[in-house]
Amino acid sequence: MSTSKPITTRAAMTSAIGTVAGLLAALALMVGFFSWQSEYFFSADTFVTIANDIPAVAVTAVGMTFVLIIAGIDLSVGSTMALAAAVAGIAMLQWHWSLLPATLLAMLVGLAVGAINGAITVAWRLPSFIVTLGMLEMARGAAYVATDSRTQYIGGAIDWLGKPVVAGLSPAFFIAIAIVALAQVVLTRTVFGRSMIGIGTNEEAMRLAGVDPRPVKIAVFAIAGLLAGLGGVFLSSRLEAADPNAGTGAELVVIASVVIGGTSLMGGRGSVASTFFGVLVISVLEAGLAQIGASEPTKRIITGFVIIIAVVLDTLRERRKKK
Amino acid sequence: MTDAVSPVLLQGRGIGKTYATPVLSGVDFDLHAGEVLALTGENGAGKSTLSKIVAGLVAPTHGTLTLAGEPFAPASRQDAERRGVRMVMQELSLVPTLSVAENLLLGRLPHRLGFIRREALDEAAARQMALIGLDEIDPRLPVGALGVGYQQMVEIARSLVGECRLLILDEPTATLTSRETRHLFHQIELLKARGVAVVYISHRLDELQQVADRVMVLRDGRHIDTRPMRDLTQADIVRRMVGRDVHEGLDRDVRPRGRRALAVRGLARGSAVRDVSFDLHAGEVLGLAGLVGSGRTELLRLIVGADRKDSGEVMLGDSQTPAKIGSPVLAVRAGIGFVTEDRKSQGLLLPQPIRVNATLANLGAVSRAGWLQRAREQAEVERLRELLHVRSDSIEQPVAELSGGNQQKVIFARWLHRDSDVLLLDEPTRGVDIGARADIYAQMDKLAAAGKALLMVSSDLRELMSQCDRIGVMSAGRLVRIFERGEWTEQLLLEAAFSAYAAVDKNNFQEQTA
Repeated sequence: MSTSKPITTRAAMTSAIGTVAGLLAALALMVGFFSWQSEYFFSADTFVTIANDIPAVAVTAVGMTFVLIIAGIDLSVGSTMALAAAVAGIAMLQWHWSLLPATLLAMLVGLAVGAINGAITVAWRLPSFIVTLGMLEMARGAAYVATDSRTQYIGGAIDWLGKPVVAGLSPAFFIAIAIVALAQVVLTRTVFGRSMIGIGTNEEAMRLAGVDPRPVKIAVFAIAGLLAGLGGVFLSSRLEAADPNAGTGAELVVIASVVIGGTSLMGGRGSVASTFFGVLVISVLEAGLAQIGASEPTKRIITGFVIIIAVVLDTLRERRKKK
Repeated sequence: MTDAVSPVLLQGRGIGKTYATPVLSGVDFDLHAGEVLALTGENGAGKSTLSKIVAGLVAPTHGTLTLAGEPFAPASRQDAERRGVRMVMQELSLVPTLSVAENLLLGRLPHRLGFIRREALDEAAARQMALIGLDEIDPRLPVGALGVGYQQMVEIARSLVGECRLLILDEPTATLTSRETRHLFHQIELLKARGVAVVYISHRLDELQQVADRVMVLRDGRHIDTRPMRDLTQADIVRRMVGRDVHEGLDRDVRPRGRRALAVRGLARGSAVRDVSFDLHAGEVLGLAGLVGSGRTELLRLIVGADRKDSGEVMLGDSQTPAKIGSPVLAVRAGIGFVTEDRKSQGLLLPQPIRVNATLANLGAVSRAGWLQRAREQAEVERLRELLHVRSDSIEQPVAELSGGNQQKVIFARWLHRDSDVLLLDEPTRGVDIGARADIYAQMDKLAAAGKALLMVSSDLRELMSQCDRIGVMSAGRLVRIFERGEWTEQLLLEAAFSAYAAVDKNNFQEQTA
């Protein structure tokens, strides 16, 4: 019996690698297409630009991956980004804080927003869809209040995060990569990660096995908020400003990235590593379409189409595996 | 009923099915109109594959079927049903939010201009339920409000709506008590008289002997033997199934009873559980018998805090102070493990591997400071897998791919890993084949010998009589009597189970399900 063990382990590995391989193939295809269409696309500049563009969405998508794995959803991350960035901006402009404490404060604001999302969801057993939809409005409103409804120019003090340090890549990019790696390890190697997967798969079974799902769920939403807070600061560093409209609609891009990465909206299945590739797919697509001169409406139509195709392919792959 | 007289309704020749490996090969059989053919064999013997082929759920890779002289190759379940071949699955396919009547007549709801004719619907449903002796169920109740046992009866009643020439019943009595079982058997007799052929799949051999005319035994996907039921004893059948004798002795020594592990005092919840008190001791297996709806599962759920109690206390060990068990999470922490009746929805993480399922209740033992220790987890699960004879490719195999018996062993592995002092087992051998049952019984013996206290709910009296040191009988929410080994007979247990229903049966039922 135990002799057949490597076979199944390999099968499980193949499945995880399959998602990433599919995403890599899609990326290669897109890079090939855009390089063919535009002589400027295939250059170090393009890739550095993309790399420095993704940190905000990437770190937020890490948190969203966790939320989706526990079969929840967080619609408030875009607003949370704006609110956290607004608070960081105020800290830097009015209280003259330096970047690091201001960033930590922004993360703390995100953490609080996420914890509230989680606590309400758990306490009254509400669908997180509704709770975070409410929070989407509240956090956005709070961001307006904090910025006095004006874009607060921060300037050079914050752009360090987004400025190239090594090979054209920004600190934000390296931080995002580190967070993706750390979150993947947390998901696969810790009791917390195991609990998330279990709760997303069968919450009642977890409860009866003696694992209290409530603290795990609150923690997951809090982490999602914290990472959205960090994402907000990354966004600010690109804009060099705290804009109360920043991150509008970001929740949809983030959810799309996570789902393209093969994480199930039904919970229980997902990977942070492939979420990262999902983020890449969307940003390469957007950068490429911009380069070949696609109009904004065309970009949106194509992006939406790609999201649906990606999920259809992933679903078909899962179904075939089950047969 | 003699085989020679009645015409052949369904004929199978060389039926085979191959997935990655052959699961069924070269099966020949004849099924006559008006007979009950018992289909038996261990899980994985090919019973369900064969019956799914007949019901149109699975296409055979080899062989041909002939129904009443015409070729029969159903492309789908609906296709088979159009030709009068129906199957009642083990998994219930009812819509819990719809009423009993709506479920029964789903797809053929009486309506006028698209509006459902409620009276006609309820009337037709009541007639249908009365057919299998279930006239006490209000057809307007939502199915979700019924217990699993009644839901199963609704499922069977549904399959009898419309034309039916061949009915396949897969473990139909798994959740039924003897009263419903008798109703069902009566209905089967009526069907036979109408010339309907019945394929009856069950692990309960005494039932097969009661209900079947002939018995067909499969082993490892091959046809072993088909004979008139009266020619075979239970031991004969079992020998053909497993190729060895399984001794299921009803006699056993009473296990030495240790100190008190759990005391229940005056536990009550509505009319489901009324003023229940008993002690459970280390080293014993206490059985809980009773009819469906008598409050056995509800009692277990109260003990672990899954439902809120109205009154009463649970004390742990020798303690005189009531334990605060407000949720299953706290129950597990207090050393009470709960093996639920419905392992798929309340026990297992189906897509996850054996390894993940087995360590779920005690992740602390395979982690340090929150970090899982892979090697340690693998070693421990590997040990449990061997100890419990979990038939599987490896500990990485998703439990969804295992047979019912092996899934149940994984749940046992979970609680062995947790090492709880008290184990509550709700129908632990439901849908489990004889070989795996023996493994589970052996584990229960070991657990009891190791000083664990076991409380086991079962609808199978023989199982309780063979495994338990004491049997408590619940009736209409009350624990009416606890029998010591030696005091009980099947007759006495049954009488006790019916005792509290005597006068108020119907009202009581309505109250419980409303």
